[in-house]
Amino acid sequence: MKFSEKWLREWVNPAIGTQELMDQITMAGLEVDGFEPVAGEFTGVIVGEVRSVAPHPDADKLRVCQVAGGDEVVQVVCGAPNVREGLKVPFAVVGAVLPGNFRIKAAKLRGQPSNGMLCSESELGLSEDHGGLMELPAEAPTGQDLCDYLGLNDITIDVDLTPNRADCLSLRGLAREVGVLTGESVNEPELHPVPATHDEKPQVTVEAPAACPRYLGRVIRNVDLSVDTPLWMVEKLRRSGIRSIDPAVDITNYVMLELGQPLHAFDRAEIDGGIVVRMAHQDEELVLLDGQTVKLTSDTLVIADHQKPLAIAGVMGGEHSGVTEKTRDLVLESAWFEPVALAGKAREYGLHTDASHRFERGVDYELARTAMERATALLLEITGGEPGEIVDVVSEAHLPDAPRVTLRAERLAGVLGMTIDASRVEDILTRLGLDIIDQAGDRWTVRVPSYRPDISIEEDLIEEVGRIYGYNNLPVTEPFGSLAMRPRQEAVRPLSAVRDFFVANGYQEAITYSFVDPKVQAILDPARDGIALANPISADLAVMRTTLWSGLVKTLEYNQKRQQPRIRLFESGLRFVKDGEQIDQQPMLAGIVTGNQLPENWANGRRQADFFDVKGELEALFSLLGVEVRFTAGEHPALHPGQCAQLFLGDQPVGWLGAMHPLVQKKLDLDGTILMFELFLNPIVSGYVPNFKEFSKYPEVRRDLAIIIGNEIAFADVDRVVRNNAGERLNALRAFDVYEGEKLGEGKRSLALSLFWQHPERTLNDDEVHELFDGVIQALQSELGATLRS
Amino acid sequence: MENLEQLVQDGLTAVKNADSLQTLDQIRVEYLGKKGVITQQAKTLGKLSPEERPAAGQKINEAKGQVEEAINARRASLEEAAIADRLARESIDVTLPGRGQDLGGLHPVTRTLQRIEQFFGNAGYSVEQGPEIEDDYHNFEALNIPGHHPARAMHDTFYFNPGTLLRTHTSPVQIRTMEAGKPPFRMICPGRVYRCDSDMTHTPMFHQVEGLLVERNVSFADLKSTIEEFLRVFFERDLQVRFRPSYFPFTEPSAEVDIEWGREEDGSIKWLEVMGCGMVHPKVFDYCGIDAEEYRGFAFGLGVERLAMLRYGVNDLRMFFDNDLRFLRQFR
Repeated sequence: MKFSEKWLREWVNPAIGTQELMDQITMAGLEVDGFEPVAGEFTGVIVGEVRSVAPHPDADKLRVCQVAGGDEVVQVVCGAPNVREGLKVPFAVVGAVLPGNFRIKAAKLRGQPSNGMLCSESELGLSEDHGGLMELPAEAPTGQDLCDYLGLNDITIDVDLTPNRADCLSLRGLAREVGVLTGESVNEPELHPVPATHDEKPQVTVEAPAACPRYLGRVIRNVDLSVDTPLWMVEKLRRSGIRSIDPAVDITNYVMLELGQPLHAFDRAEIDGGIVVRMAHQDEELVLLDGQTVKLTSDTLVIADHQKPLAIAGVMGGEHSGVTEKTRDLVLESAWFEPVALAGKAREYGLHTDASHRFERGVDYELARTAMERATALLLEITGGEPGEIVDVVSEAHLPDAPRVTLRAERLAGVLGMTIDASRVEDILTRLGLDIIDQAGDRWTVRVPSYRPDISIEEDLIEEVGRIYGYNNLPVTEPFGSLAMRPRQEAVRPLSAVRDFFVANGYQEAITYSFVDPKVQAILDPARDGIALANPISADLAVMRTTLWSGLVKTLEYNQKRQQPRIRLFESGLRFVKDGEQIDQQPMLAGIVTGNQLPENWANGRRQADFFDVKGELEALFSLLGVEVRFTAGEHPALHPGQCAQLFLGDQPVGWLGAMHPLVQKKLDLDGTILMFELFLNPIVSGYVPNFKEFSKYPEVRRDLAIIIGNEIAFADVDRVVRNNAGERLNALRAFDVYEGEKLGEGKRSLALSLFWQHPERTLNDDEVHELFDGVIQALQSELGATLRS
Repeated sequence: MENLEQLVQDGLTAVKNADSLQTLDQIRVEYLGKKGVITQQAKTLGKLSPEERPAAGQKINEAKGQVEEAINARRASLEEAAIADRLARESIDVTLPGRGQDLGGLHPVTRTLQRIEQFFGNAGYSVEQGPEIEDDYHNFEALNIPGHHPARAMHDTFYFNPGTLLRTHTSPVQIRTMEAGKPPFRMICPGRVYRCDSDMTHTPMFHQVEGLLVERNVSFADLKSTIEEFLRVFFERDLQVRFRPSYFPFTEPSAEVDIEWGREEDGSIKWLEVMGCGMVHPKVFDYCGIDAEEYRGFAFGLGVERLAMLRYGVNDLRMFFDNDLRFLRQFR
């Protein structure tokens, strides 16, 4: 809501400066968003009168004018198309300074002396309009300082109102609030009913009284809309951010700003029969004032005549029935629409108007008649005309009741944390217009005025008292409560420990959007459709991620394009997968690695990270978390078929690790070898609480062997066969060399293993170790076709 | 016996010229070993009279001692030289960079969230999580924002269908926590939230921390101290905080919180809005089956990126989600 400070001070004029006024408004909960002067900074501009206009001898577009207003009549050369004899205009005399520190000097234009400048609105910082000279009314006093004449020593204040404070969407409401804050009395302008001078009444039928409990109409005949809106009104509108259109529209806007009641004027001649307030027929069409055609839905309230809709109620009028310069008779509407019935309607049609903004938030339901009279009086004053009687169709049953609300002193003190004197509480309530209708020692019952629809329960009153008393005057105390400790499972590692692990291993954490590019995701996870947003912000952020890789590959690409060859990223967060009717929202942890495994330097060399680098890191993570995760060869559409592992905890799949599939990589246009993993977080953070076991004091025995096996046999198989045959005293098994080469023959590789045995209670003797070792070798030969390497 | 003198002289010379421990050892064997030339001198004692033997024996011993001493001294000096030589050979340039992995880093949003969680965790608040794809009921209705409410316009909501949406704030976690448990409550819910808005100062996803405390006798005064204390701990400064009346459908009274952030040209305090808060609205308690006459509560909500920007001097919100390594690496 924008308004002029001067206009507000016409209503209520506390003895405080502008800044203090704005501070008080802000601290009452009507946040001042900003303010700006109503005109640019200038001096030396007066009301000038163009006495004569003659053509310029050497320039077609310039005129030579004689202008009065200064000490004497002077010659001014002017290029504006609307300059004419008798015009009153802003006149910057020689020595004037215009906005932008533009100094006016005596000059010659194409050889003709020019002593000053005639100004447009934009040259004075009044508006963007530079179409021609600003035309002042004929009665403007020639020679008067323009700032004084227009009262330009003023600012426009912009308050950002919260949706509950519809009452402050008018000067009257703002003034009321300032009056409460400062204790200053509010000067309500005198408003008198305008008697009818003829008996023509609009025929009004309200078919939807629940949505429109009150509808007032009045015919005003013989108006002259060709007249200019008076400058004082144009200026007040301008300073409130509203452009002048024509006198009828300006007056309805003015009354809306002044009192808070949106009004509408119809051209009497365009109404067929009478006015009907009804729900729209499905798909009925209406051309709106802004020229667009809308197809109405049946839950939209419209103002119609006997044939067609004329306006969307409370939102916008139709073009057809709108007033024009030629309108002679008009029908003025002042109504109260139920906020819930109008809620969201403007938005459904892509509209947002000053009227809909107010009606949706709640207009004073007792205001319609006052506003009608005010607008009538202004119309008669400005456009002339003959008012008829007001038709007032009201459904009392559907109007809100003025609620009665009780405030308990004890509750007030409990919520605010202090006791406020009863007299102070009563003073605040009364000044807010909340009539105290019943009062016991420890409670007050108030009647809520029709302009405060936001007040209906005790908490609303507590807030009002606290707000006016001042939140910053309320005490500050420490909350107290139980000191009971919260349970915390030692076995479950917090996510922060996982994050710290990756940070210590050189990974940088990323946070990417949860909605991703469906094209990228289809490449990485073709089997699953991401859940699509109905209203995505853009096509490349349109579906929910089914895998964190969708965001990480984009981050990788972003950084590769910025000359970052070595990238190690991880991210944690939810991924979203449709599960029948349900949506599975699982916390995941994913990573992506490319470039050198270690930062390149003299000692680290430049070895590219490979599968086993990342696998080693994950193995370390799993031991940190206390879970035994198995890696088995797997298949994933995003991963290289020969470098892809699926991870299991027991039988439960807990994730994937692999190199990006070269074809996927080509489609995504990414460089280098890229390793990726993604883990389900919930199962892997649940480890165990350590439980101490005695360890053996006796020596460990080591035996090494090297075998040659077929390439198709996995190390996991060798591991299993060894463990099955090495007896219960096997402590550890380590593969210390893997070799493939021509010497071994096609499809073969050599594997060198160390086995470690230890007995908890005694030293193992050579014979028993030898026997176990032999058993292992035989099993490897018979079960896996291994041969001993000599 | 003149021979002995000569032998000692020869031995000493040999020791002096010995340039390795090995040579020195050979010299020791040659002169002092069982068959060493000086040791062999003992055989000549037999030819002497018993009276002469002690003196001659002593001379031989002295000669052995002399040579042995020289050998030991020479050995010490050779060992010293060997160590010095080894040390010289093993010297490295300690200014060269070390070997191994470098350090990654946490995202600044995570870093900020962890600090916030720590502060409130120390004050006994639990950390709760909830779904990000939410239903209309938990995101709006139970928070006293019915379908027609103008406050819905303040939330530019991403929808999947009319009843399912991306949560616009972390407040629904409040509702879910209260539904699932019994008061008192002391919790925060950090997490991602979504608004259908994207420009210089808005990203369609950002992070919030919502806090809730429900006790029998909690007041606005307690809320004020909680917020003030948090902001001072967060910014590690004794900054001024002010509470400005505002409106949220789920709290009443409601306030926006401003902190002192520099000075205006005229010397007055420049205030910066950092969070919102208020006393839990009785209707919210109703929705969660909590008796608003028995319990009261306060709630607060803050934008994590906003606090991170102020704390670390980041000037463009969008950088948080570009994930440019040159940006991220500044927060390790």
